[in-house]
Amino acid sequence: MAQASISQKSSLAARRPGARFAWIGQGFLLLLALGVVYILVTSFLKDPMLFAQVVLSGLQLGFVYALIALGYTMVYGIVRLINFAHGDVFMVGAFVSYYAVARFQLHLWPQLVLKGLSPGAAVVIGSVTVMLLSMLVCMALAVVIERVAYKPLRDAPRIAALITAIGVSFFLEYYGALNFVFSPRFIPYQRPFEVVTFYVNNGIHQLQPGQAPPSGSLLFSNIFLIIMVASIGMQVVLQYLVRRTKIGKAMRASSVDKATARLMGINVDGIISFTFALGAAFAGLGGVLYAIAYPSINTLMGVLPGLKAFVAAVLGGIGSIPGAFVGALIMGQAEALTMGYISTPMRDAVAFTILILVLLVRPRGIFGEPEQEKA
Amino acid sequence: MTFNLQFLVFSVLKIVAVLAWVYFVLWALGRKPLWAKLVGIAVAFGVVQLALTKVGDFQVMNDFDRGLLFQACAMTMVALGLNLIYGFNGQFSLGQWGFYGLGAYAAADITYRWVNGDASGVFVAGLGVLLGGAMILGVGRLASGVFVAGLGVLLGGAMILGVGRLVKRYKGMPILSQFTLYLIGAVLAGFLAVVIGNPIARAFAGGFGTVAAPGILQSVPIQQAVFLLAVLIGGVFAAEISFLFGLPVLTLGSDYFGIATLGFSIVVQTLMVNTDTLLPFPEMKGGRGMIGIPKWTTWAWAFIFLMFAIIVMRNLIYSSTGRAIMSVREDETAGKAMGVDIAHYKLLSFVIGSLFAGLAGGIYAHYIGFLSPGTFDFIVGFNPLIIVVFGGLGSMTGTIAASFGWLFFLEGLLRVLLGQLGTEAPTWRYVLYPITLLLLMLLRPQGLLGNVEWGFLKRPIYPPRKDSPAATAAPPGGELQPAGE
Repeated sequence: MAQASISQKSSLAARRPGARFAWIGQGFLLLLALGVVYILVTSFLKDPMLFAQVVLSGLQLGFVYALIALGYTMVYGIVRLINFAHGDVFMVGAFVSYYAVARFQLHLWPQLVLKGLSPGAAVVIGSVTVMLLSMLVCMALAVVIERVAYKPLRDAPRIAALITAIGVSFFLEYYGALNFVFSPRFIPYQRPFEVVTFYVNNGIHQLQPGQAPPSGSLLFSNIFLIIMVASIGMQVVLQYLVRRTKIGKAMRASSVDKATARLMGINVDGIISFTFALGAAFAGLGGVLYAIAYPSINTLMGVLPGLKAFVAAVLGGIGSIPGAFVGALIMGQAEALTMGYISTPMRDAVAFTILILVLLVRPRGIFGEPEQEKA
Repeated sequence: MTFNLQFLVFSVLKIVAVLAWVYFVLWALGRKPLWAKLVGIAVAFGVVQLALTKVGDFQVMNDFDRGLLFQACAMTMVALGLNLIYGFNGQFSLGQWGFYGLGAYAAADITYRWVNGDASGVFVAGLGVLLGGAMILGVGRLASGVFVAGLGVLLGGAMILGVGRLVKRYKGMPILSQFTLYLIGAVLAGFLAVVIGNPIARAFAGGFGTVAAPGILQSVPIQQAVFLLAVLIGGVFAAEISFLFGLPVLTLGSDYFGIATLGFSIVVQTLMVNTDTLLPFPEMKGGRGMIGIPKWTTWAWAFIFLMFAIIVMRNLIYSSTGRAIMSVREDETAGKAMGVDIAHYKLLSFVIGSLFAGLAGGIYAHYIGFLSPGTFDFIVGFNPLIIVVFGGLGSMTGTIAASFGWLFFLEGLLRVLLGQLGTEAPTWRYVLYPITLLLLMLLRPQGLLGNVEWGFLKRPIYPPRKDSPAATAAPPGGELQPAGE
């Protein structure tokens, strides 16, 4: 309808007089939007600092979701599979870092090996090592999953692969919950570095341990900064990889048409494995950061963040990398604002209501491309 | 640790027996005279009833198996509904579990209120469902210009009348506007139901003294009638919500529809957690779970609803409506060219599928006696999907057999593992279960039964139509093949 020319439109309107009543639906959406804006504005006016704090926590959540959403959007873009196991890869990332830090003290290696390093640099190198290890393990895991569970089903009906994905997800969750693996309990997570909290009150100050922040100040921690830097950095890396490198070109080609890509000499199976591995690396990093930010881990921790990240990818337009980022930020804000101003248990409901509403207005997501006619 | 071979053999035998029973039911319903069908059904019913009867200390099916059986009946209905939506109509839905939960909670609330001396459940919910149904039917009919006056009398609202006229006069109204109108109607209907239903319920209770008194109102026949009404209301309620939800959302493409329905499941579950805080239903007790639901489901009810689902499904699929529904799955564009109203049939199958799920919810709630939001978690909600794919998409037999086999398989697996592993058995079960799932998907991606149908569910052989050229040209003999085979 949107592409119809003016003359067609007018003749359509003559045949379908109801088209004039689009305003009813639009008015409904407008009322909803006005209600949301009203709630936001009143709560902002009531306590701007609290509002800013809530927005900040939403950003933190959103940046983590963005990392997970990248994997979903890339995988869906290439193989059209909702990879339900992705959330569990995220969980594995958190658990690998837990073992590396709490059991093997891997984050302390620079202090032991590289003597004479400044303590700050040692902590940075140690933490980065832990993150890299998690990313590597997740990549290996994702490639194994892809080879064992998805690749044999590439020519089967799509639903078979989806069921397998659910199966893999169940397997990772419950295998992890066995006592000799991770155990089903919630485990307190040990961070590889100390938390430093800052407050904004006439300039940025560091909060000393034991010191209460002055009232009316905005608090944030180094965790927030790390998550923000990591998430934005990974976006940039991925954008570069997809837009500027040869393998990125091959990924884009495979997502458009696998058969033709194969004719052009692209190793499509290799590209698909690479995509899974890349997504898993981001998810692993996300898992470490999520565990650092919310330090209590469990084998079922990946389910809801994974799902919300997927929703974020759909919201932004699946297959689009900036879309995933924007969608994730929206999801994070929706969740944080709901927790702050409506009620904590309603946060999932609000997130999904937003998804449904956005899909109604833009069926392919915010950055999504219009649907291609089926051949 | 000794391996309990006897138990393993027993579990396998149980699955085989249950599947044989399913086969017998489908065979009994198949092509034979009516009296033979009735006898067959009675035998199928009686065998289980006998097995459930306790003779002294001996009982073939203990309470645990009885529970599994009821759950299997409920699951069959849910899965059949999902097969209609996904297998036959091609709309990838993950929301079936949400409708199941809606039906369960709605039905449970009515009977809970009834046994606690509050008849308002029946009246408020009943009126709400009736008025909501009238809205949906009425406004829908208004669009084709029939029920204007009827609806106007029913709701008495000049505004609704005006809205109905709008929809009627201006065909081709955008979906979102229609949705808004129906939403307004639904909210109004719910409001009216509360305003009108509560005084009636109070008058009713006053007329009969206290309802809680163990008098005629708590006698078994009345209770069973209330139970039936509650289950029906729960089912229709789920169907109406599915209409409201499906109207705008079904316009999305397949995977997007799946995600939106998954979102629906999660929203429903979140609302269940908040029933006592955000919603005015303190008796549902939010996340702690609703206890004290009367256990009124008997084997007869479970069996009747199972038969209802099977017969309705089969007759629907092999009717012209069923062919229209399947044409949506096969090729929307071609269907449209043949004059099939795609949106209508998508909505129809979605609503009927949700109706099945809602009815099943009522059956489940009154068997288990306890509802908690955890039961309606979206992860558990993958089970009907797994069953449908397991049995074969678009195979009714596969769905029925898989529902029964799946429950008895999982529970049998648990029992076998319990002897070996003790407390960790439930976790081990969910480790072995996905492996089985993976192997089955790798070996048979089209599902266990593909599109094989048994007995009753086979495509019927239609008698040639009297006015068709085939009937006049050729004598009605054996060489006539049903069209489309």
